[in-house]
Amino acid sequence: MRRSGGPDEPPLVLTELATGALRLAAVSRGALAVGLTPGLTLADARARIPRLVTIEHDPAADDALLELMAEDCERWTPLVALDPPHGLLLDITGCAHLFGDEAALRHRVLRRFRRAGFTVNATVAGTPDAARALARFGRAAVVPTGGEAAAARSLPVAALELPDETHVALRRAGLKRLADLMDRPSRPLSARFGAQLATRLNRVLGREDRRITPLRALPPCFVEQNFPEPLADPEDVFRVLRQLVEHAAKTMEGRGEGGRVFEASFFPSDGGVRRSRVETGRPSRDAKSILRLFREKLDTAPFDPGFGFDLIRLAVPVAEPLAATQPQLDGKALEDGELASLVDRLAARFGAARVLRFSAVDTHDPSRSEKLVPATAALPDGASWPEPEPGEPPLRPLQLFEPPLQVSVVAEVPDGPPAGFRWRRVFHHVVRVEGPERIAPEWWRDPDRPARDYYRVEDREGRRFWLFRTGLYGEAPETNWYLHGLFA
Amino acid sequence: MDSAPGIPLALRHALAGLERGSAPQAADLFPLGAPALDASLGGGLSRVSLHEIHAVQGLADAVAAGSFGLGLALRAAEERPLVWVRQDFVDAETGGLYGAGLAAFGLDPRRLLLVRAGDATGVLRAANEATRCPALGAVLVELWGEPKSLDLTVSRRLLLAAARSGVTLFLIRLGATPQPSAAATRWAVQAAASVPLEANAPGRPAFAATLLRHRAGIAGQTWNVEWDRDRLSFADPAPLPRSVSPLSAGRTRSAEREAIWRAG
Repeated sequence: MRRSGGPDEPPLVLTELATGALRLAAVSRGALAVGLTPGLTLADARARIPRLVTIEHDPAADDALLELMAEDCERWTPLVALDPPHGLLLDITGCAHLFGDEAALRHRVLRRFRRAGFTVNATVAGTPDAARALARFGRAAVVPTGGEAAAARSLPVAALELPDETHVALRRAGLKRLADLMDRPSRPLSARFGAQLATRLNRVLGREDRRITPLRALPPCFVEQNFPEPLADPEDVFRVLRQLVEHAAKTMEGRGEGGRVFEASFFPSDGGVRRSRVETGRPSRDAKSILRLFREKLDTAPFDPGFGFDLIRLAVPVAEPLAATQPQLDGKALEDGELASLVDRLAARFGAARVLRFSAVDTHDPSRSEKLVPATAALPDGASWPEPEPGEPPLRPLQLFEPPLQVSVVAEVPDGPPAGFRWRRVFHHVVRVEGPERIAPEWWRDPDRPARDYYRVEDREGRRFWLFRTGLYGEAPETNWYLHGLFA
Repeated sequence: MDSAPGIPLALRHALAGLERGSAPQAADLFPLGAPALDASLGGGLSRVSLHEIHAVQGLADAVAAGSFGLGLALRAAEERPLVWVRQDFVDAETGGLYGAGLAAFGLDPRRLLLVRAGDATGVLRAANEATRCPALGAVLVELWGEPKSLDLTVSRRLLLAAARSGVTLFLIRLGATPQPSAAATRWAVQAAASVPLEANAPGRPAFAATLLRHRAGIAGQTWNVEWDRDRLSFADPAPLPRSVSPLSAGRTRSAEREAIWRAG
């Protein structure tokens, strides 16, 4: 399944370093025609075909391409699984009739990828393993319901994809086709070739089903819109998005739910799916505010529609119960709602990490006594904020430097309060001072950190600072001074 | 007013009144709490408006300008929530807002929503968005320098948003020369010596605030005020109960500054 060159182009091979030599990892159709096969060393291949074109094999790029193709396949069904190195599994249960029938859908899939220059094959069958084996080793197009076993009879035993030694053993025993295995009782076969053989056989023959692991989980609610002609005008695209959001809102209203996450997927006619995702702080099905979030998102990160989109899908991956409300009756609820939607709008534009609330932490270490948490998340039940003592000035600075800034200090006595300090090349004469307030480290967290003696000081200009000294005089080899915060 | 279409007629009239500089209704004013200051302001500052607060010395007075703005915001917002929009550069240069310090200043940190923006354009966008939310009491915007994105049109738009939602907007300008804008008042604020407590400890937050421009009154005067956390009010400098040695605050120095600011 890769782009193949024309017949007159020189043979192209991809090389990789394997078992100590450069070997061919993949070969073009032209190279295959002249007898080059994967696994051959590059030296041998060059000896045979001197005008060989080689490119280093890039497995990551292969994976990325496969993923891109898988995303594109989501236009037909939301359940698409990767089947590395070069397969895709689509669960089309209940989807095929939207495109006519299974044969018509298969035709569409093949036509789309062949137009893009891929060599692809596809089979529709009742179970993922049967479809996979038939697509890779057989010629079947659409297997009628229950016909997997009959269709698989002519497949080579390699279709079971068992370990190499099992294949060698099967070949030596003269068992070449699946029919040879199907016609024999399974117990002696398992005894001789291992239990795995029976399992694989049952799967390939469609007797045993398994679930595929789709690229993304099936959302609880999604709506989509197809267009016969690609849609390129951003306003048209947005109009469709509005219809989809309104539709989804109605569906969720029926279920008594609201969405927390909304994801719009835009499928361009030329591949490469664009996605836009917005989150709300609380369950919502208010089409207007959801659309505003999308508008913010698309305004800040617009994407190029290229030749236009032929499918737009809106999914609600996360939904939560939301009772019907009449907000007009309760002013407080209305205000809370407005605040929550402001948070959502700001978070959509600037990112959740930039719209923050303060949460108190129960510790006396001033550097750790609080943290900023995204306002879109629920506020953790943190510690309570200290109640200021009436009649006292603020004893904690309004603004804090984290980490503290080292400053050089002049003190009259070594363990006394500062008489002045230099910060940003400016000398500040201290005229008022209060302290020290000793704040011991949390020994269970940071046993080596020295205690800090904090001073509130005011300089001659009337500016107030929070300074501290580490290393107690007489105990530590040296003392250092830091500026930790600024008072109002 | 080129950005007027779509505004209800009554509101347009109200705005026209604001822009002409006619004195707003008394109900629209919030008092600052310091008697001398309120008397000169004619009762207080307009609640549904934009006020600009300049730091006299860009970085050194940043915290003074910010906390003066916070005091005004607390007066204007009463019990309602606040939004503080800060530019990353301000956070880095003057320290991040400290919740325990906000609590010590009189603001329950749970009432505050902090928005960080990388550049001036982001700050102004967030400010515009927040000012349109009527659930808020006040929005504080801290901005560094003289960004191109803040011109007369933008400040008008902010004023318009404030008028429509009833949110009071405080624009704190650090390292900027005062320029014409749509603001109802423009202040220049610097730190002032506090009235010391006993044992010469630093006292309450003190400011020297110069009113550079006042649409509805006389400008040019400078006041020395303190912030009284217990009453959530500005106050004339006065010793706290525990203080013993009241000294005169740096009045002469700020009078010198006043002259400079008038000239600029």
